[in-house]
Amino acid sequence: MERRVHYKVVWLGVALIVPQLLLVLTFFYWPAGAAIYWGFTLQQPWGGGNTWAGFDNFTAIFSDSAYWDAVVRSFVFAFAATALAMIGAGVLALFCDRQLRFHTKVRTGLIWPYAVAAPAAAVAFRFLFAPEAGVLAGLAKAHPDWWNPAQNGFDAMIMIIVTYSWKYLAYNFIFFIAGLQAIPRALVEAAAMDGAGPLRRMRDLQMPLLAPTFFFLLVINLTDSFVDSFGIIDITTAGGPSKATELMVYKIYFDGFRGLDYSGAAAQSIVLMGLIMVLTVVQFRYIERRVHYK
Amino acid sequence: MIEKTPWLNVLTHAILLLGLAVAFVPMYLVFVAATLTLAQINTPPISVIPGTHLIENLVAAWHRADLGWKLVNSLVMSLAVAGGKIALSSITAYGIVFFRFPGRMLVFWMIFITLMLPLEVRIVPTYAVAANALSPVQELLDVTGLTGLIASVTGTTIALNWNLLNSYTGLVLPLIATATGTFLYRQFFMTIPDELFEASRMDGAGPIRFFREILLPLSTTNMIALFTIMFLYAWNQYLWPLLITTDREHFGTAVTALRLLIPSIGDSTGGEVPDWNIAMAGCLIVITPPLIVVALLQRFFIRGLIATDK
Repeated sequence: MERRVHYKVVWLGVALIVPQLLLVLTFFYWPAGAAIYWGFTLQQPWGGGNTWAGFDNFTAIFSDSAYWDAVVRSFVFAFAATALAMIGAGVLALFCDRQLRFHTKVRTGLIWPYAVAAPAAAVAFRFLFAPEAGVLAGLAKAHPDWWNPAQNGFDAMIMIIVTYSWKYLAYNFIFFIAGLQAIPRALVEAAAMDGAGPLRRMRDLQMPLLAPTFFFLLVINLTDSFVDSFGIIDITTAGGPSKATELMVYKIYFDGFRGLDYSGAAAQSIVLMGLIMVLTVVQFRYIERRVHYK
Repeated sequence: MIEKTPWLNVLTHAILLLGLAVAFVPMYLVFVAATLTLAQINTPPISVIPGTHLIENLVAAWHRADLGWKLVNSLVMSLAVAGGKIALSSITAYGIVFFRFPGRMLVFWMIFITLMLPLEVRIVPTYAVAANALSPVQELLDVTGLTGLIASVTGTTIALNWNLLNSYTGLVLPLIATATGTFLYRQFFMTIPDELFEASRMDGAGPIRFFREILLPLSTTNMIALFTIMFLYAWNQYLWPLLITTDREHFGTAVTALRLLIPSIGDSTGGEVPDWNIAMAGCLIVITPPLIVVALLQRFFIRGLIATDK
């Protein structure tokens, strides 16, 4: 953690960290503090005056069933998307790591979707799932109402889950592959000598050794799904139909910027901050075991 | 591994092919859609053979969303975020690792904690700060009573105002105010042997020279890795540019311009049907630059992703 030797020019050391410190104070701590302040006061939308509200804003959101619906939807989305993206990526990585012919080409072919912007993927999948033109168009024309994300909340949810998973499949795959490559080759070879076939090695050797990667990805995927879903929802469903895809981040944006309910949005932000901080603390515990400086 | 498992090998290839299909088929269909006319698209089943209208759809998307200018904006913003991040995080990490000064660990933890909260969850107050980036200073002056003091002494009331809405600064700064690169650099600087440091000092190199002529060249790989990651991160931003650029004509980015190509789905009805062919053409244009970066710098991209997202 500490270096043995270092410079003793104090002013230079301070000068080096000042720019980032100023940025972090202005664009991180001040807004985070403001969110907390707003959460406990009643803010007028156009500035000018506010009154102390104590926990009223929190009581208001917690007694609002619309808020709880958004929370439940966020969790459904988070777990469904995470499961889809992680299981898919894990299986692909395990088989890709068998290193049969073309495996490097396959690897390249599987990672690029992560570079696609989530809203761009959303534009693509909104088309692919469109009842009038997409892949399901034939069926949707024959049986109207069977598939229509614009009107059916369940279909809309499936659409955003698939879109998100498509991008994060690539992300998880990159990490699983890196995790598998970190397993010493000698270990795998020793298992093979002992007569363990490829599937047995996957189950009893590679999968247990991937556990840290797995937990790390689990947390990252859940956190990102709370945060990164905004662009997808805004492009595909705008939170609809009838709020069926209004997740927590989207609700914050909607209440804050459209409804101009700064206090309510701030209280919601604080709840989401708390949730993400809990997840991050869990994550850091695993990182401690993963990363070694010396 | 040398073993004969013909059936398993077939299964392996089948699974990997399926994976590739999941990755490529959606984008292939998008490409095909971008080559058709609207009438062709709206006649199911979906076509899998490219048509002949690719160029005119691309041109239509280009004009409709004013993509030329927006791509320039996105490029400026992404390069500024990537470059700014590298500059800022390398000097900060240098200060934290190679210097001793009071409060060093406090600063370290203050920066570290920013990893916890992504921009999206504190979006409303960050927007308020961006509307006047000096408001923190102003409020501190007001609260401490300095404003009143200065007003009574000099007769001028201080009203600091630095509006970042509709500016590149506003697009870039909040995206840089995180700890990501700082930790990548910190980890790298921790691996620099003490001997190197002492040798350079013995040869008479001061702190700035050591940084510029020894540390920076050694960290080239780090730098490129961080560059690819930050470039992608900035290019693919959506919520922040959407909020901070009300003047979309001049400061809109390519990804937010996608909105112009596809009408909002609306809450109750399906609304109007988008011009899918043009929307898909626009989508192809917008995703191309990051894909080029990844294609050229794949090795660094993977390395950067794994190193920064601990």
